[in-house]
Amino acid sequence: MPKTKLTQELGTFSVLYRILARDIKVALRRQSDVTAVFFFFIIAASLFPLGSGADPKLLSAMAPSVLWVTALLSCMLSLSRMYSSDYADGTLEQIMLSNQPTVLIVLMKILAHWVLSGLPLVFVAPLIGLQFNLSSAELQILAVSLLMGTLALSLIGSIGAALTLGIRGTGVLIAILVLPLYIPVLVFGAGAVNAASIGMSPNGALSLLGAVLAMALVFAPLASAAALKIALE
Amino acid sequence: MKNLDTKTSINWLKYASPKTFYPLAGKLIPWCVIGAVGLIVYGLYIGLFVAPTDFQQGEGYRIIFVHVPAAWFSMFLYLLMAMYAGLGLVLNARLSYMMATAIAPTGAMFTLVALVTGSLWGKPMWGAWWVWDARLTSELILLFLYIGYFSLQAAIDDKNRADKASAVLALVGAINVPIIYFSVKWWNTLHQGASVSLMKAPAMATVMLKGMLVMAIGFWLYSIAVILIRVRCEILERDSKAAMFNLGL
Repeated sequence: MPKTKLTQELGTFSVLYRILARDIKVALRRQSDVTAVFFFFIIAASLFPLGSGADPKLLSAMAPSVLWVTALLSCMLSLSRMYSSDYADGTLEQIMLSNQPTVLIVLMKILAHWVLSGLPLVFVAPLIGLQFNLSSAELQILAVSLLMGTLALSLIGSIGAALTLGIRGTGVLIAILVLPLYIPVLVFGAGAVNAASIGMSPNGALSLLGAVLAMALVFAPLASAAALKIALE
Repeated sequence: MKNLDTKTSINWLKYASPKTFYPLAGKLIPWCVIGAVGLIVYGLYIGLFVAPTDFQQGEGYRIIFVHVPAAWFSMFLYLLMAMYAGLGLVLNARLSYMMATAIAPTGAMFTLVALVTGSLWGKPMWGAWWVWDARLTSELILLFLYIGYFSLQAAIDDKNRADKASAVLALVGAINVPIIYFSVKWWNTLHQGASVSLMKAPAMATVMLKGMLVMAIGFWLYSIAVILIRVRCEILERDSKAAMFNLGL
């Protein structure tokens, strides 16, 4: 039957690529949303020296935790946008009705969120780190830990975004749901940079961060897809 | 569920329906209350009068008889809640969701009790109300997980969706509990170890262990009683018309 063949012509990978490309394209059309997260990170991180004084030793000791917590909060701020606009105009329901596995579709939306809100932080955080008097070795570890960590944050955060879809007062609720689940990522991510700054090997913390990322990569899309189905029932 | 009603197998699911569970719970509650009161009074008697004074901590350590069982139950009830939540998602059984909903407040209460007694104990022993020790920190995070569960359930108006969404959250939290515990533990060793370690104290006297176990069983019966009362309220609240009809109220 040629008719059914026409609808099945797109392979799984092609569909997934299109979803990823579409999400990024749609988000880039509203650039202010994307850059707002980016600037939040820079502004919030700059507040800490103003609150604690400009002692370089204190700043470099605080830097790993300050930069990591700020990165975590800026990733969280944009979580509610992961599904909400597609949910509002009905696109999400159409995507969920497609014959491709929901888990992979969800994974693509998570990746799009990471590219737009996590990945930029990986590049800007070392620059902010310079302001905090971090050495080049620490800056490298900071970038590597953020590269892995922000992806894990997007993955775990997607569960919160899916659970709170279409609920009033979503912003604060997502924070309450997701922040406790972010703790291991924060501990290992900031732990790696802290280890580097006291001259210990950061490999242990980085490996554990990788383990958290691997687990999140397997389980978070499953939980997120289940939560989306509940929300769309 | 129909084909399980055969005569050859015992009908395990008989009490899975709110209609049959409601009277059963009603019969169990008084016994649990009596048992809970008796055991907690006995446990407190052992703890406050029978157990010897600790040679290091003096009389102050006696809070352990409330603190440790409360900490056990804060974690146990979270896992139990997640189990009922998972059961609800798999079997789509309404009573399982109601059980999970009913367990949460008791679990959160024990978490709070463990935290408060812990800090009351910490002040005279460590000289500080709060120490960022791995146990204290993960107990605090457990409280956050309970709060997340409540908040999500309260935010969703549709009961059916609230049940399922909070069940997913409870399961995700349960998978995270061991990860959080170990991450906090390793975080703690990276920074600095706790100045005083409680559990490395010399082997506990048998009387103390006995007191703690009696208290734990008492807390268990208390939890069952309170949870069953709450489930009965939940049943009545959710389908008040059906309940009035079935129970002749």
